[in-house]
Amino acid sequence: MTDEQPPAGPSDRELELRAQAESGPTISIDEFRRRSRRSFITGAAGVVGAGLAWRWVQTQPTDDGIPQVLRNTLERNETVWTNLSQGRSAPEHPRSKATPIQVNGRIGIREEIDLADWTVRVEGPDGELLDELDITAFEALPQRDLVIEHKCIEGWSSIVHWGGARFSDFHQRYADQVGDVPYVGLATPDGRYYVGWDMESMMHPQTLLALRERDEPLDQEHGAPLRLATPNKYGIKCLKRIGVIRYSNERPPDYWAERSYDWYAGL
Amino acid sequence: MPDEEQTIESPVPVARLQHPRAIRWLHWINFPLLLVMIWSGLRIYWAEDVYAFGVGSWQWFVFFPEVVYEKLDLNRHLARGMAFHFSFGWLFVINGVIYTIYLAISREWRHIVPDRRSIPEAKDVVLHDLHLKSDPPPQGRYNAAQRISYTIVLVMAAIVVVSGFAIYKPTQLYPLPLLFGGYQGARLVHFSMTIGISLFFLLHLIQVARAGWGNFRSMVTGYVIETPEPVVAEPEARELDVEEVSS
Repeated sequence: MTDEQPPAGPSDRELELRAQAESGPTISIDEFRRRSRRSFITGAAGVVGAGLAWRWVQTQPTDDGIPQVLRNTLERNETVWTNLSQGRSAPEHPRSKATPIQVNGRIGIREEIDLADWTVRVEGPDGELLDELDITAFEALPQRDLVIEHKCIEGWSSIVHWGGARFSDFHQRYADQVGDVPYVGLATPDGRYYVGWDMESMMHPQTLLALRERDEPLDQEHGAPLRLATPNKYGIKCLKRIGVIRYSNERPPDYWAERSYDWYAGL
Repeated sequence: MPDEEQTIESPVPVARLQHPRAIRWLHWINFPLLLVMIWSGLRIYWAEDVYAFGVGSWQWFVFFPEVVYEKLDLNRHLARGMAFHFSFGWLFVINGVIYTIYLAISREWRHIVPDRRSIPEAKDVVLHDLHLKSDPPPQGRYNAAQRISYTIVLVMAAIVVVSGFAIYKPTQLYPLPLLFGGYQGARLVHFSMTIGISLFFLLHLIQVARAGWGNFRSMVTGYVIETPEPVVAEPEARELDVEEVSS
């Protein structure tokens, strides 16, 4: 019997919790009605306001496929991250971690080309032809290995072992001629795929004009004979089969930015 | 209690503040922001929808069946999904940070964060809710199960934000992705937390529906109506208890 006796009055725990529950101030019912009305009117106004704000976003004029206000936010985001990240580099990995990279995009490289005939045009900011180079010009530059996690904007990633020349080394040849030019545009020989880059990202030591993957010359479907590679932007920026390198004072057109993506696509 | 005399004669109902204004605003602002984040996040996930429950090649449940994407218009909108996600994400984060700061400085967290005794109490809450136990355990402003689940969802929200940043800027925030075992690890954690938050949200809707109008109204107005128990009744009850004990 003694084991089953009911507690005499509330336990300490009950008192503690009750004190918590009753810690809020009280008001009269009349005051409650007044405040309730006000709260529900505010709530209704909030619902309408949120609905109107959503409509406003959805009915904005679009800029390259997305509402202007979102495009502006993407641009502002880039400013934030560029200011935060002066000179940061992605981690590099041991070569043994590298795996073959999957083939994703074929725009601009659908037909195979004769690699012996391939050249790249280098153009200045006024459209003038600075150079027309074959592969030996890139092979003559200091060669680097870059084992990094390549990230696709779709969400997959893989560790890739690229080999080639830094764009910054390539750029030395033209630095005096083109001056402080803010952008570089690149395109496939047929012009179907094109990307735009800001000069700071191009000059990053991890931005490579890649000739090789895992020590072998690139396959055609991976962008032979010369493609861009970087761990610091999504794969959509890593143009395959470079046909033109164009210094530019204007922001160059970008295939995927015209199709609603962020122009910078930075990581 | 200044009104004690009055209470004895006829209990006058009063309204007691349950949810401070800041919590109400932040809660309701969070609601549409969370929906936009989940919606735009699923549009991003669609582009590489690799997660499933299963063993080996046998998949018991796939995230998500094609019909889900089609019905909810989540397919082929990766770019728009990203634009919305990386715009509204700031609002979601700012709202959450203000909420966290408010909880900390107002000491409101004490109503939410569970203590040592909340776990056995939460078990009783669940049994009571399932009609397997008649009396609910004692509770403060929130019952023990609420305290535990509200705290878990806050932790999940924090993880979803940190893992989200790790995916968004893995180079610029390096070594943040390492916290989740790398870029793909961060992606899995981000997705799992989203599923967790979504399950909480579903359960929350069910419980709000069950709790009824007075409870819902309190999240809008801040107040719950209380009818104080007449204090005269208590001594009698006490006496009864004493009698029983003495027998």
